[in-house]
Amino acid sequence: MTTKNADAIVVGAGWAGSILAKELTEAGLKVVMLERGPDRATAVEGAYPDSIDELRGAIRHRLFQDLSRTTVTIRNKIGQTALPYRQLSAFLPGEGVGGAGLHWSGVHFRAAPDDLALRSNVIARYGQKFIPEGMNLQDYGVTYDELEPFFDKAEKVFGTSGEAYKINGKVVGNGNVFAPSRSDDFPLPPLKDVYTANLFRKAASDAGYHPYSLPAANASRQYTNPYGAQMGPCNFCGYCSGYDCYMYSKASPNVNILPVLRKDPNFTLITRAHVMRVDLDSTKTRATGVTYLDLDSNKEVTITADLVVLGAFQFHNVHLMLLSGIGKPYDAQKNEGVVGRNFVYQTITTSRAWLPENQFTNQFIGTGGGGVAIDDFNSMNFDHGPHGFVGGSPVWVNQAGVKPIAASTIGGGKDAPRWGAGYKKALVNTYRHAMAIDAHGSNMAYRDVFLDLDPTWKNTYGQPLLRMTFDWQDNDIRMNRYVVSQIEPIMKALGATKYELGMLEPGKPFDTRLYQTTHLGGGAVMGDDPNTSAINRYLQSWDVPNVFVIGSNAFPQGMGYNPTGMVAALAYWSAHHIRTTYLKSPGPLVRV
Amino acid sequence: MALAGTAAFWTADEFADWRQAIAAEAAQTYTPRYFTPDEWRFLEAATEQLFPEDETGPGAKALGVVGFIDRQMDTSYGHGGLWFMSGPFQSGPANLGYQLPYAPREIYRIGIAGADQYCRDHYGHAFADLDHPTQIEALTAFEKLPIQFGETLAAGIFFEQLRTNTMEGAFSDPIHGGNRHLGGWVMLGFPGARADFMDWVDQYGPAYPLGSVSISGETA
Ligand SMILES: Cc1cc2nc3c(=O)[nH]c(=O)nc-3n(C[C@H](O)[C@H](O)[C@H](O)COP(=O)(O)OP(=O)(O)OC[C@H]3O[C@@H](n4cnc5c(N)ncnc54)[C@H](O)[C@@H]3O)c2cc1C
Ligand code: SF4
Repeated sequence: MTTKNADAIVVGAGWAGSILAKELTEAGLKVVMLERGPDRATAVEGAYPDSIDELRGAIRHRLFQDLSRTTVTIRNKIGQTALPYRQLSAFLPGEGVGGAGLHWSGVHFRAAPDDLALRSNVIARYGQKFIPEGMNLQDYGVTYDELEPFFDKAEKVFGTSGEAYKINGKVVGNGNVFAPSRSDDFPLPPLKDVYTANLFRKAASDAGYHPYSLPAANASRQYTNPYGAQMGPCNFCGYCSGYDCYMYSKASPNVNILPVLRKDPNFTLITRAHVMRVDLDSTKTRATGVTYLDLDSNKEVTITADLVVLGAFQFHNVHLMLLSGIGKPYDAQKNEGVVGRNFVYQTITTSRAWLPENQFTNQFIGTGGGGVAIDDFNSMNFDHGPHGFVGGSPVWVNQAGVKPIAASTIGGGKDAPRWGAGYKKALVNTYRHAMAIDAHGSNMAYRDVFLDLDPTWKNTYGQPLLRMTFDWQDNDIRMNRYVVSQIEPIMKALGATKYELGMLEPGKPFDTRLYQTTHLGGGAVMGDDPNTSAINRYLQSWDVPNVFVIGSNAFPQGMGYNPTGMVAALAYWSAHHIRTTYLKSPGPLVRV
Repeated sequence: MALAGTAAFWTADEFADWRQAIAAEAAQTYTPRYFTPDEWRFLEAATEQLFPEDETGPGAKALGVVGFIDRQMDTSYGHGGLWFMSGPFQSGPANLGYQLPYAPREIYRIGIAGADQYCRDHYGHAFADLDHPTQIEALTAFEKLPIQFGETLAAGIFFEQLRTNTMEGAFSDPIHGGNRHLGGWVMLGFPGARADFMDWVDQYGPAYPLGSVSISGETA
C-alpha cells in the first residue's frame, strides 16, 4: 500500500468529475482524478469507420460498464430476493474516461423552476393532502434563479444548440413557451429538424400544443467553447446514443473539458483505479483520502487529500457512501436515515405512428439530442387538480438514429409477428415509414423505493453489491397514461395510417430486461433538512463536510427532463461555493 | 483464413486489405469453429425458420447467420465475458433478468441438445429433419411453453438467445461474418456506415437514394 498526496481527489472521470476537476485546478489545487475504466479519446474510440459499428457499439456495449466485475442487484419490493443485474439492458452506466458523457445522446435541459420546489408548489396549489401516502416529495433547496448562471455556463461549455423563448424577461424567439427566462441565448442555433421531427412540429401545433426544438449538446455549427475546446458541426450520422462522436460534435468531457485539463500541471489522471472507499478519520466526520484498487497490479493504493469529490455517477456515489460510512443509511421500515433514500428513475414509453408508404421516415438519420418536444404536460404546466397525480412528461420526437439491430427488436409493432412469416414485411414497413414519439416523464420518490447494500452478492473485489428496490408506482403510472392519451390528437394530425400508444401498464412490474433510460436519480439527495437529505444545497455531505457528492443522486425526485443539464449546473454551482467560500474556511457551508 | 470477427481483423489497417479479406473469405466455405455438425444443422434449419427467405428479402442462410453466431461464440461475449457471472445463481421472476450460470456458448450447447431431444421425443426426428410446419410448431413451443432443457435451462431462454443472435447476424455489419453481401441492410433500406447525412436531413419524404456500405468498404 503506497501513499500519495493531493489537495483534492475526484472520483470518476465523467461530466461531474471533469467539471469539478477543472474548477478545482483553476482554484490552484493539486487534483488527482481516479477513474476505474480505461483512458478514452475520440481520436481512438471514435475514429471512423471502426466506431460506426452497431454490434460492437450499442449491442455489445464496448464503451459501457464492465458488468463482469461489478453490478447491482434489483428487486421490485421489500421482502423479495434481489437478483444480480447480469446483462446490461434496462440502464447502461458508463465506464472509462468521459463516463457516460462520452456515449450519451446530448439532450441538454435546464431544470423547470417549478420542479426545484415541487413539494412547496404542489402544497401551495393543491394542499398537503394532494401528496399520496408514501411519497417522499421534497424541494431541492436551490432555486432556478440561483442556478441560472451555472445553467448558462454549462451550455457554453457544452456548445448547446437551441432556440430561446425569453431572455432577461423579454420574448425573443420561438423557443419553449414554458421555459424560464435566460440571461443569454444558446451558444448555437437549433439543429435542423429531421423529417419526423418536422412532422411532429406541425402536428403538435395543429393539435393546439406548443412545440419547440430540443436543446441539444450536439453542435449545429462549428464551435469553440470558453476553455478553447473545439467542436465540429453534427452531420446527423445516427451513431449517437451509445457511441463516441467521430465528428467531435457531441459534447463530452473528452472533447469539451479534458483536452485543456490534461495539460494542467496541477492535474493528474489515474485510470484503471477502482475506488473502494473514502477513508475517514476516527471521528467519522472527516475524510482523509481514498483507497483504490489498481486494476493492473491488483494492489490497493491509498491517497490522502483535504477534499474528496465523488463524481462516480448516481448509484456508484451512493454505493461508495454506504461502503465508506458517510451519512446514515436509509431504513425503509422506519423511513429514517438518508443514504439510499428517495431512489428514483425516469418513466418513458414510446408510441408509434405509421405513415403512408410514399413517405419515407429515414429513421437512420438523426442526432442524439435533436428533435421537437412539447412541454404542455410537463412539470406544473397544466392543472393536476382533476387528475390527482404529481409530475408530468415532455413528449417528443427525438430520432437519434435507428439502426438495424435495434429496429429488428422493435419489429413491426405490438401485434406483428416476432419471427417467421410476416415478421420481415412488417419490420421493413415499420423501418421505412414509421416514427416514434416518446413520453419521457418524471418519477416520484417513495418510501419503499430505495438503495442499500445487498446481503448476498459481492463484486469481484469482494464488496457487497448495491441493492435497488424499485417498482413503478400508481401515481407515476397514472401520470404516464394521462400524458400519453394526450398524444392522440397529434397522431390524428399526423395523418397516421395506424398508430400505437405506448403506456405503463398497471400491475406490470419494472422489467430489467428492457432498455428504458440511464436517468437514475436520488439516493443521496440535496436539501435543507439533514433528516431527509444526505447532502446540503451545495452538495456537501452533512456528516463529512470535506466530501462533496456530485451527480443526479442529488435529485430528490426524478424530473420529466433528462438529467445531465441539471447535473452540470449543480456541479458548477457546488464548485463555485467550494471556490468562493469553502476553500477559504473549510467546514460545513450550511449550519443547522 | 477466417478473419471476420477476430481480433486480427481489427489490426488489418489497410482499408483495401479488409475488402480483399472479406471478399476472399466470402468466396470460401466456412468451417465452423465451435458448433458440431449436428448443432450446425439445427442452427441452419432453426435460423431459417426465424428469418425465412421470402418475397421481402434473403433469409438467415443466404445471409450467413449461423457462421456469424459461430464466430460470436469465440468472442468475449460468447464466453460470458460481458455478463456478471459470479454466484450464487438463484432463479427469480423473469422481469429480474437472466440468472443462469451459462455463457452464450453453453446456452447453445445445452439448448440445441435439449431442442433436438424434445423433437425426437415428440416428433420422432431431430429438428433439422422435420418438415417446415413441424419446425415452426416446435419453435413456437420453445418460445411460449414452459419446457425445460436438462435441469435448468428454460426453452424460452434458449429461444430468445437464438432469436437475438439471428437478428444480429442478419443486420450487423458484414465484417462480423453475417449480413452477407449487405443483404439484410438492402432489404431494410439501411445505408450502413455512411454516417453522414448533412445534405439529407431536411429532404422531407423521399427515400434516401444511396445504397448500403460496410465498414470494410463493401457496397451493395
Ligand atoms: C445511452 C445513454 C444516453 C443518454 N442520453 C442522455 C441525454 O440525451 N441527456 C441527458 O441529460 N442525459 C443522458 N444520459 C445520461 C448521462 O449520460 C448522465 O446523466 C451523465 O453522463 C452523468 O454524468 P456523471 O459524471 O454523473 O456520471 P458518469 O458519466 O457515469 O461518470 C462516472 C464515472 O465514474 C466512474 N466510476 C464509477 N465508480 C467508480 C469507482 N468506484 N472508482 C473509480 N471510478 C468510478 C465511472 O467509470 C464513470 O466513468 C444518457 C446516458 C446513456 C447511457
Ligand atoms: S449524430 Fe451528430 S453529434 Fe451524434 S455522433 Fe453523429 S455527428 Fe456526432
